[in-house]
Amino acid sequence: MNPSLTFEKVSFGDALPALELNVTARTVIMGASSSRDWQPQHHDHAWATTRAGTKDIFLNTPNQAGFIERYLTDWTGPHGRLGRMKFRMRRPVYPGETLVFSGTVRNTAVDEQGCAWVDVDIELTVGGEVATEVSARLAIPKDADDNPWRRAHDDWRP
Amino acid sequence: MSTDLEEKISARTAPLVAEWTGKVLDAGPGDVACERGYIVHWVESTENANPLYWDELVARELTGGWVAPPSMLSVWMRPLMFKPNNRHGAGEQIRPLEMHFRLKDAFELPEGIVTANEIVFGVPVRPGDVISTKQTVAEIGDVRTNRLGTGRPWTIDVTYTNQRGEVVAVESYRMFCYVRTAK
Repeated sequence: MNPSLTFEKVSFGDALPALELNVTARTVIMGASSSRDWQPQHHDHAWATTRAGTKDIFLNTPNQAGFIERYLTDWTGPHGRLGRMKFRMRRPVYPGETLVFSGTVRNTAVDEQGCAWVDVDIELTVGGEVATEVSARLAIPKDADDNPWRRAHDDWRP
Repeated sequence: MSTDLEEKISARTAPLVAEWTGKVLDAGPGDVACERGYIVHWVESTENANPLYWDELVARELTGGWVAPPSMLSVWMRPLMFKPNNRHGAGEQIRPLEMHFRLKDAFELPEGIVTANEIVFGVPVRPGDVISTKQTVAEIGDVRTNRLGTGRPWTIDVTYTNQRGEVVAVESYRMFCYVRTAK
């Protein structure tokens, strides 16, 4: 399988295609279920509003990480391998809201082991308001013959 | 200028900060091994069409067989909500990220949210892998008030290793734990 995105095709400032996600109660609860997270604020409306003090149930952190990874590999294709991800939640994301993902390449580099890295800044916004900020580092193929998934030990230094 | 509640919480919890900072909990292996069913549910919930997780031929070619999405990491540390023989002792409440909940109990800050998270990924997790965690209290911050309430931020670092002792990831959770502010 040939890689769909290789290092020479990526430049500083490139914009990733935007992604819109209509968040429903099912999105939130399925995300909690798939991440095996049974904290009540992610499935119990009454608990979320009366105990946690939030407007409704809201997307949990691991599920957001999953959506962010999906957003990145939608762009890179299956050869893209996540090395590092840092995110900060600014506000909860509730059912009924539309979450918009946007991303910009902020650095590209090939390390001493020959691994090609792309650093991407991502924003998840609701109605223009930033809900979550992400910095991610992905390995992508340096050329058509490279495969970051084959890297291990000292050849993998995210 | 600090509020009465901030001063009260600060005075009550100040001695705990030094006591708890640096504490390590070896939480041992997770209750569930990595398996395809969990992976499929994950890519279903995140609407992830990456063929690496749907097409075994692609997985064999690129990764030498099925792997779990790296972002699934915390799935492998969460305890089952029920099991016949709780290794933590009969009657003890089962809690994920146990160190965080021990801190909440000790500091008497009943509510908590994750405010930031950083993960560095290592060896891929594959079906059959059993992941162990060590949880360390990296930092406990000063008392503050935000729109949710009054409490303290803290950071817990989690190191994940597979059954061969290989590091699959290191994760850092930044939490804010609080008592709700009366409205």
